[in-house]
Amino acid sequence: MIDTLIEMFHYTFLVRAVVVGLLVSLCAALLGVSLVLKRYSMIGDGLSHVGFGTLAIATAMNVAPLTVSIPVVILTAFLLLRISENSKIKGDAAIALISTSSLAIGVVVISLTTGMNTDVCNYMFGSILAMSKNDVSFSIVLGIVVLVLFVLFYNKIFAVTFDENFAKATGTKTGLYNMLIAILTAVTIVLGMRMMGALLISSLIIFPALTSMRVCKKFKTVTICSACVSVVCFFIGVVVSYLYATPTGASVVIMNMIVFLLFWAAKLLPRMHTKESHTNENHSKERKIS
Amino acid sequence: MALITCQDTSFAYDGNVAISGLNFEVHRGDYLCIVGENGSGKSTLIKGLLRLIAPSAGTILIGGGLGGDGEGVDGLGADEIGYLPQQTATQKDFPASVYEVVLSGRLSKRGILPFYSKMDKAIAEENIRRLGIEKLRHRCYRELSGGQQQRVLLARALCATKKILLLDEPVAGLDPIVTQELYQEIEKINREEGLTIIMVSHDIGSAVRYASHMLHLQNKQVFFGTTEKYIASEAGTRFMGGGRHD
Repeated sequence: MIDTLIEMFHYTFLVRAVVVGLLVSLCAALLGVSLVLKRYSMIGDGLSHVGFGTLAIATAMNVAPLTVSIPVVILTAFLLLRISENSKIKGDAAIALISTSSLAIGVVVISLTTGMNTDVCNYMFGSILAMSKNDVSFSIVLGIVVLVLFVLFYNKIFAVTFDENFAKATGTKTGLYNMLIAILTAVTIVLGMRMMGALLISSLIIFPALTSMRVCKKFKTVTICSACVSVVCFFIGVVVSYLYATPTGASVVIMNMIVFLLFWAAKLLPRMHTKESHTNENHSKERKIS
Repeated sequence: MALITCQDTSFAYDGNVAISGLNFEVHRGDYLCIVGENGSGKSTLIKGLLRLIAPSAGTILIGGGLGGDGEGVDGLGADEIGYLPQQTATQKDFPASVYEVVLSGRLSKRGILPFYSKMDKAIAEENIRRLGIEKLRHRCYRELSGGQQQRVLLARALCATKKILLLDEPVAGLDPIVTQELYQEIEKINREEGLTIIMVSHDIGSAVRYASHMLHLQNKQVFFGTTEKYIASEAGTRFMGGGRHD
């Protein structure tokens, strides 16, 4: 096992990918708790599709992908949040519109420039080779910024997530903090998208939060637990993908899925156990009586 | 001076005037109940009082000098209002401990500072004790009964204010015993702490029993005055189902 790990980390591209991936999965898990509870899960999905479109355009224009994607995706996040606040236009429909449009634009741009080839597959499902040296340092800086901002605004994010009306009524600038959550999410998605793939990145946001909500009962423990789950799942996923030559993004998602099912079972088991022991007790009582 | 003064105030919602012609004053220590049928503009008024929506006509003075207690002319800032909202769907499955929820009431006092101070935590503890929910402190909010949840939210609202508490149908969906307990708790806060209470209620019987003032709305102001006068008034008797007019 340890030999495999040592062998793995001889490849610098793998070290890079793992460092960025761990950071991204940490950020995604932290933000995911708030997004899932606020019923914003679909926003993450929509943003990743927009990211796909911008990625295709950036490659066609021969500019650094992150510098194009991040501003555009942040702008979209801002737009989507505005739409979901406005009850007249249904937020989920708007997200579907925006995400399919940008997917279509991305595919057309790719087919016009490089032709439909492995690029599309890499963008959709991710590639561990996607990270260049410059990308890595940029990603690490941004990832750390997201983490620090999350910790500093943790209490505000809790209040805005739990009860926006109360927070607003008592003088907290809820719009500002919703914006912050959206921006941090946008940055996280763009950073992780090329490795995890546009179609799979939103699972990093949704799975860890839902997994830890199976067993944890406090906001703080849910947050910490989903951070741990996410990081562990990512690491195991990468190792598995290295050993069996499976796509990295999909392997990580499958790990997340397995852990989700385990936590779900762990929640159900104690109940069944108590039921069984009750029936056992009843049986023994009956025996004594007879 | 009054804590809240409305002068010919109207509030609009989605372009339609939901309520107009409001003229009333709320003084420190008052217990005001807002009653009226569904769609009579009660919730809109609460939103207006919380400054979530601006009046479409007239003026609403909040604070306006509290007179002699050295709180300054501005009196009541947004961070000095306690609010007990109606429950949202999100909260039904929200993983948060009682302590986390109560403490979040102190948030507006933090301003830009990221973490809660010792004083914030002490105030949260004090309000947990005051509402008798010490034993629930580490329990998960979503696993509590309706009445327990309202107590938790009331403790949170008390963390945010020492002056005024706005409650939007606090007893909706609670059983009669828990309802009476909650009313008594609110009355105790009003009497002992001198907190001003403004409550929207459908429960007219309890409203006239506990409130010092009544405000009856029907998309305009039908009645405002003390509870004694309300009981004697035409609007009051009709709404309480007492009188019959042929």
